[in-house]
Amino acid sequence: MTQLLLFNLFNGLIVGAFYALMALGLSLILNLSGVINFAHGGFLAIGAYLAYTLIPFLGFWGALIVAPVLTAFIGLLVERFLIRRLYGRDPLYSLLLTFGLAYIFEDGTRYIWGAQSLPYPIPGWLASPLSREFFFLTGYRLFMVLLVAIAVGGLFFILNRTRLGMRIRAGTLDLEMVSALGVNVRVLRNLNFGLGIYLAGLAGVLAAGMLGLQPTIGTSLIMPSFVAIIVGGLGSLPGTLLGGLLIGVASGMATVFLPSATEAVMYAMMGLVLLVRPQGLLGEEGRIL
Amino acid sequence: MIRVKKNLPLVGIWIVLLAMPFWLNAVGGYTELGSRVIVLGLAAMALNFLLGFTGVLSFGHAAYFGLGAYGAAMTMKYLAGSTPMSILVGLTVGTVAAAIIGALIVKLRGVYFAMVTIAFGQIFFFIAFRWNAVTGGDDGLTGWHRLPINLGFTRLDILGNDKAFYYMVLAVFAVSVGVMALLLRSPFGRTLLAIRENERRARFLGIPVERHLWLSFVISCFFVSVAGTLYALLNNFTDPRALRWDLSGNFVIMAVLGGMRSFWGPLVGAAIFVILQDYVSSHTENWMSFVGLFFVLVVLFFPRGVLGIFRRGARS
Repeated sequence: MTQLLLFNLFNGLIVGAFYALMALGLSLILNLSGVINFAHGGFLAIGAYLAYTLIPFLGFWGALIVAPVLTAFIGLLVERFLIRRLYGRDPLYSLLLTFGLAYIFEDGTRYIWGAQSLPYPIPGWLASPLSREFFFLTGYRLFMVLLVAIAVGGLFFILNRTRLGMRIRAGTLDLEMVSALGVNVRVLRNLNFGLGIYLAGLAGVLAAGMLGLQPTIGTSLIMPSFVAIIVGGLGSLPGTLLGGLLIGVASGMATVFLPSATEAVMYAMMGLVLLVRPQGLLGEEGRIL
Repeated sequence: MIRVKKNLPLVGIWIVLLAMPFWLNAVGGYTELGSRVIVLGLAAMALNFLLGFTGVLSFGHAAYFGLGAYGAAMTMKYLAGSTPMSILVGLTVGTVAAAIIGALIVKLRGVYFAMVTIAFGQIFFFIAFRWNAVTGGDDGLTGWHRLPINLGFTRLDILGNDKAFYYMVLAVFAVSVGVMALLLRSPFGRTLLAIRENERRARFLGIPVERHLWLSFVISCFFVSVAGTLYALLNNFTDPRALRWDLSGNFVIMAVLGGMRSFWGPLVGAAIFVILQDYVSSHTENWMSFVGLFFVLVVLFFPRGVLGIFRRGARS
């Protein structure tokens, strides 16, 4: 029983790390530009499939580094040519646009790489379990948690310690003032979007190694990411991180006791949070009104 | 004379709708397609009650549509073989769910409101998807069909006769649309417009904004559930896709495509969307890309919708 519990706890933590990685990217874009990026899951799938295509040429490690960067580059282009036109309009329009993009991305990946699920090769020494007793503790899973931790650490470093990050945070609070102080807001939003998409691409590469590749890989991860943002607190990145891990662990534990309630638990948590604390666990009260 | 001129478009719309089964076949359609336009049009118009006339963006209306559909289907299959009863149960289920969820989310605004509605919409999808024994899971709920309605003096054979079913749907549509139009003309409806235009000002005038938003949300979801019940009866089938987020998005695009600021716009949008989908999905496997591209093009080039363009032309 303890083993089963530990297994699902750890599983939940990994899944939660994915949700958090996705949700952090979504949150970045939402906070600075007011855009709900429905295509985030599509970008995740693109990252995963790009890595799959690159592995024969660059190897596992090369693909791990290059694929998210390429995905981020696609993100920069999408922001530059499509989403930028919609800033200042009703958020409805950017939501519909990214919604359409999500369709196109999913269908596009299916068209290019096929609808059947593809195996994603990972190095042998990472795939084997670390000990017999904790069979579920493969090197790859530990590696993934480690990598997510590094990525999240890197993100908070950028946000707190670099000029770009400070401008992003300032822009989240008052974009007009940041613009008045001489910062090129267009470039800032563009880079911020790219940063968010980079995280999606990275999540995609990591998810591919664990779940295998399917065109719907992104769609299945995006809904929990929304829940993570709402639970964690709107406008708060640490909140988003917390929310992602929480719902991951909660649904992992639900798998032990009531497998059919895996998803329901997440939404129950969301309902509870909205009832007790509408701004989310770490959200600031003023931001939702 | 002025009155007649003002009501001319309205008369035109109803003539077109009433005569639909007769001219639709002549232009290459079929009666069921007409019924689908009316049903999805009702859903889009109901969504627009909230979206266009209250100014609140819900991206999760498929949940209530699907609850209506499942409510009707499950009543038919498990409870009672009566078409009116199934409609009644379906819309009750959808509306009660909307009343509860609405109370949780009326404090949120803008993008956050949209995001929470998306997330809540998924709950019922997962329930329908997972609860195999009752809902049929991914395969959907089959093994039932709509039944003729006994009106006392005559029997309405909506099962065997496509046209009879079309006119039943149209009758429900007419009542629903009429009630929505009356509501929008009432002081309550005008208050919703005031909230849409300037929420803060409305609040200063002493209007209980949250209560109005909640009511508008519930009314909108009520009519969406009505459309959902009709949709299940139309197909004699329902599956989790009737609850999924992509359908919510389709409702929003119908409203935007037709024109959010006009009462009849969403019906026009629904007609265009349904016909296009029918055509594209019978010609290519990559219909998802087409629909996606369609979304992008509408947002970039037709943000005011078809009727919005007409109206601007008339004004200038």
